[in-house]
Amino acid sequence: MSGALLEVNAISVSFDGFKAINNLSFNINCGELRAIIGPNGAGKTTFMDIITGKTRPDSGDVIWGNKNISLIQKSESEIANLGIGRKFQKPTVFEHQSVMENLIMALKNKRSPWSVLFYKPNASDNNKVISVASGIGLFDYLDKLAGELSHGQKQWLEIGMLLAQEPQLLLVDEPAAGMTFEERKHTAFLLKKLAKSRAVIVVEHDMEFIRSLNCKVTVLHEGSVLAEGTLDHVIKNQTVIDVYLGR
Amino acid sequence: MMKSPLMKFLNRNPSVLIFLLILSVFTILITIGSEAFGFGFISTSLVKILGKTLCFCLVAISMDLVWGYCGILSLGHFAFFGLGGYMIGMWLMYERTRLIVLEAGKNAELPMTVQEIQNSIGSQIFGVVGGSEFPIIWTFSNFLWVQLLLIVFIPGLLALIFGWLAFRSRVTGVYLSILTQAMTLALALYLFQNDSGLRGNNGLSGLQNLPGLEDISQSVISMWFFWGSALALGLGYLFVKLIVESKLGNVIRGIRDNEQRMRFLGYNVEIYKLFIFTFTAIIAAIAGALYYPQAGIINPAELAPIASIYLAVWVAIGGRGRIYGAVIGAGVVSLLSSWLTGGQAPNISLGFIELKWVDWWLVLLGISFVLVTLYAPKGIGGLFDKLTKGARK
Repeated sequence: MSGALLEVNAISVSFDGFKAINNLSFNINCGELRAIIGPNGAGKTTFMDIITGKTRPDSGDVIWGNKNISLIQKSESEIANLGIGRKFQKPTVFEHQSVMENLIMALKNKRSPWSVLFYKPNASDNNKVISVASGIGLFDYLDKLAGELSHGQKQWLEIGMLLAQEPQLLLVDEPAAGMTFEERKHTAFLLKKLAKSRAVIVVEHDMEFIRSLNCKVTVLHEGSVLAEGTLDHVIKNQTVIDVYLGR
Repeated sequence: MMKSPLMKFLNRNPSVLIFLLILSVFTILITIGSEAFGFGFISTSLVKILGKTLCFCLVAISMDLVWGYCGILSLGHFAFFGLGGYMIGMWLMYERTRLIVLEAGKNAELPMTVQEIQNSIGSQIFGVVGGSEFPIIWTFSNFLWVQLLLIVFIPGLLALIFGWLAFRSRVTGVYLSILTQAMTLALALYLFQNDSGLRGNNGLSGLQNLPGLEDISQSVISMWFFWGSALALGLGYLFVKLIVESKLGNVIRGIRDNEQRMRFLGYNVEIYKLFIFTFTAIIAAIAGALYYPQAGIINPAELAPIASIYLAVWVAIGGRGRIYGAVIGAGVVSLLSSWLTGGQAPNISLGFIELKWVDWWLVLLGISFVLVTLYAPKGIGGLFDKLTKGARK
């Protein structure tokens, strides 16, 4: 399986008898953009929770990178440091801290209390912060508290923090939720740009948005993969129509 | 000229210099007014009260770091404060009793053997709980330096073990607060037992007397401890400020605001919490070790759950997340408390009812806590923010 960045092998997890994920397998390659769709309760969030270490699967395995590291025994922070970043639906930036401080916390650096206590930004860190901040249009806001930014700017800051983390795989949860048409177009453009240098998994409800991403689609249903392929391919699938699109 | 990192830090944080300046001026004023080194218009008992208040301010700083910055509402930090007091108390009591025994043994016909001396000290200390054997925890009580190290190590170890168990299981919020209450209650109940090895409910007493320095009057000793407490408070303020202004300060504030997000950023939240919890426990222990020689006595009631709750009330009233707020809260509330409950404050007669401060103080404290929570969530420190608004980023 050369080229696979993340291999999810037959994972299952149940909560109080409810099978949230049922024998699910999934692969994503380096630099791939992938959309995951599915009705509510299909297990999309649980799937992301398992990859990022928030939830442990009852069975199955998650293999990362060309060193074939198993992720299922690792903590959230270890997985994040291996190069998996996660963006939440709601922008979660640290509102009581400045844009600069938010970005510096996200920068790929040593994460132990001791090295953090004695951390001093060096020239390359400063350059990275400046280039990320310019990229997300927040260069003039570096000293501003993140809580003072507008909703859209917070989304941008969170994306900037993910960029600063330099992940190889980015999980993005409903990036277009609550956005205007123009903002959606812009976000789709941004995600496609991001996917040029890293793998991106987008979880989304909105079909038009998925179409604008123009990428391979995985349909989840009742904790398993129902169909996989191009958007046009999966929406022709009769089961997909029955469980999802027909509603 | 190259500036040292400390100078740069002080330049960026003028509040540290202001605080240290106020603390120095206060110390000098008290010294000038003291009976031992000045004009004597400040009584020795007042010097002790003020010295103890400085220790409260120090433990409040640690509470602000762990609660105001890291978001861990520990209601057990007085356990560490008390343990620190016990550790220094053991040496003070052992050494003083030893000198008394040696003095008494001078006139005996035969010189006492080492075993006789030890037995005599043992029965002097543990007679009240019906024993004379030294418990194993007193092994090092004759070495001042070891006991000084234990002030740091024993409370630090307790915090490390407790914190490791609690944080590893991801106990947070009110559940963690309850656990810390249980910890301090359990420790207090254990110490209340006569066979705990620390004299049960009698506690350790006579701590105001420094062994071998009986000739020096309490007015002088009280000033030594006052200076020591002021120095510790100044250093504590500086160190805590260094932490909260570093990237570590950013990380723990991030943990306070959204610990799950910090995990996904790659920070091992549990290690950070453990670090801060243990570090603040050590500060609390040092504050306690300075406090109890000024109080003269320590008993298990000092570790009662209510003490740690008061600590949280001080910090809340003073204002969380701004180190000086904790100092103001602890200073104002504990001084008011000792004045109003000390019997000096005149009672107010309202005709039909007489307002006795001793009775009404807790009600007033409760009301002011509720009012602060409702109307001034930033506490007294929040008022300073309004004055200095614009100067801050």
